[in-house]
Amino acid sequence: MAVNIFYFLIFPGLLFASVVGALLSWFDRKITARVQFRIGPPLLQPFFDFFKLLLVKETILPKHGSPLIFLITPIFAVFGATMAGVFILLPLFNITTGFRGDLLVIFYLLTIPSFSYIIGALASANPLAAVGGSREMKLILSYELTFLLFIAGIIMKCSQQFDLYTIIKTQQEGSPFIGSISGVLLFIVGIFCIQAKLALVPFDMPEAEAEITGGIFIEYSGATYAMIKLSKYIMLFILPALLIALLMNGFRLDGINILWAVLKVLSVVLLITLIRNTNPRIKIKQAIRFFMLWMNLLAVIALILIAFGY
Amino acid sequence: MDESTGCYCADIDCIWILNTETVGFKNYCFKKSLWVFHFGGASCNNCDIEILDCLTPRHDLERFGILLVGSIRHADVLLVNGSINTHDKERLIEIYNQAPKPLLVVAIGACGCTGGIFAEGYTFAGPVDKIIPVNAYIPGCPPKPEAIIAGIVKLVENS
Repeated sequence: MAVNIFYFLIFPGLLFASVVGALLSWFDRKITARVQFRIGPPLLQPFFDFFKLLLVKETILPKHGSPLIFLITPIFAVFGATMAGVFILLPLFNITTGFRGDLLVIFYLLTIPSFSYIIGALASANPLAAVGGSREMKLILSYELTFLLFIAGIIMKCSQQFDLYTIIKTQQEGSPFIGSISGVLLFIVGIFCIQAKLALVPFDMPEAEAEITGGIFIEYSGATYAMIKLSKYIMLFILPALLIALLMNGFRLDGINILWAVLKVLSVVLLITLIRNTNPRIKIKQAIRFFMLWMNLLAVIALILIAFGY
Repeated sequence: MDESTGCYCADIDCIWILNTETVGFKNYCFKKSLWVFHFGGASCNNCDIEILDCLTPRHDLERFGILLVGSIRHADVLLVNGSINTHDKERLIEIYNQAPKPLLVVAIGACGCTGGIFAEGYTFAGPVDKIIPVNAYIPGCPPKPEAIIAGIVKLVENS
């Protein structure tokens, strides 16, 4: 029991995932700044942002909405992200849980933050938040099937094993899944799903600073917004970690391999950041078409290739 | 809110961040992460352009942790520029009310600080500091981006 609480709160759960996620968020902002020929924020900037929101700023509750749901949904978001983080990071750090179906649990837990944002936005009774919530809902509907096909592809590649630990071990004993044609296709599908799950720029219509001024987060201030930032930091770490676990051999924690593990995380985040910096925001209709048609097509091609053994 | 004049006075929230001795860590985090919301009154757009200039690659205020945010609920600094006419006054008070405290207010440009050439106009509703409490003034028509950065630095150092 004490071990489980330690897993959830300290390592690899809340504390570890959020600190690493905050540093990755700094990396993301720094790369963005370098792409735009700026200097960028200092290393501890995400921590300053978080503690300012948590400790200094006032929290304002909506007058016409439901204050309780408005307050509680950011905590659900952090809980969902942390829980998914524990399930993803334990196998990555070679700690076996003995749980044979954790990939499906991760799939469900990863949707909790998005749903919490929607419920919180609708509870704030702000029309722009409602627009953002409806866009986020459509975005979820469009990428979830693609993400499920992506996971199905991994399960087929690993001879019907639903266990993240077994998937990582299979790759470490054989070769990483990305080293085949179907693996490359799955990687492309996965990276776009991550982009949509993180609501980064081609798919950031729920937040859309320019048109709906923050969208789903428009009414959040102070500590509640700090919780949302925290869940965003955690998601920025665990989703690339999930991609690395499923396709890129996982982590090995001995000697020089620690450096490789860090470089893998940084390169996936770098790819996400570069996609975010070189693309405009697309309309929600285009996003649905992109996932429903093209990404699903790519995923189905990958599944057919896996069935034939490529 | 003072009902007789329709004006705001600096309240307790605005005073405690000025006290650097008692709240070291909180104050440090606040100073390092100022998120800016931009309120343009009846402006001629020169000050707006110069404010946006501060966030471009040449001046890059993000090195100091300053970000432009879209929602007033996320703001720490309210930049007000342009002459405030009777129409803008209600909106400015409403925006100020909607912001989470502590909030720093910066009046930018001659119109924001004093009224400039509109000070005698019949729709003019007073410079910004007659409507809401102001923490810093950056005069100029328009002020250069360097002047705006210098003003923000002075605000951060003295707050």
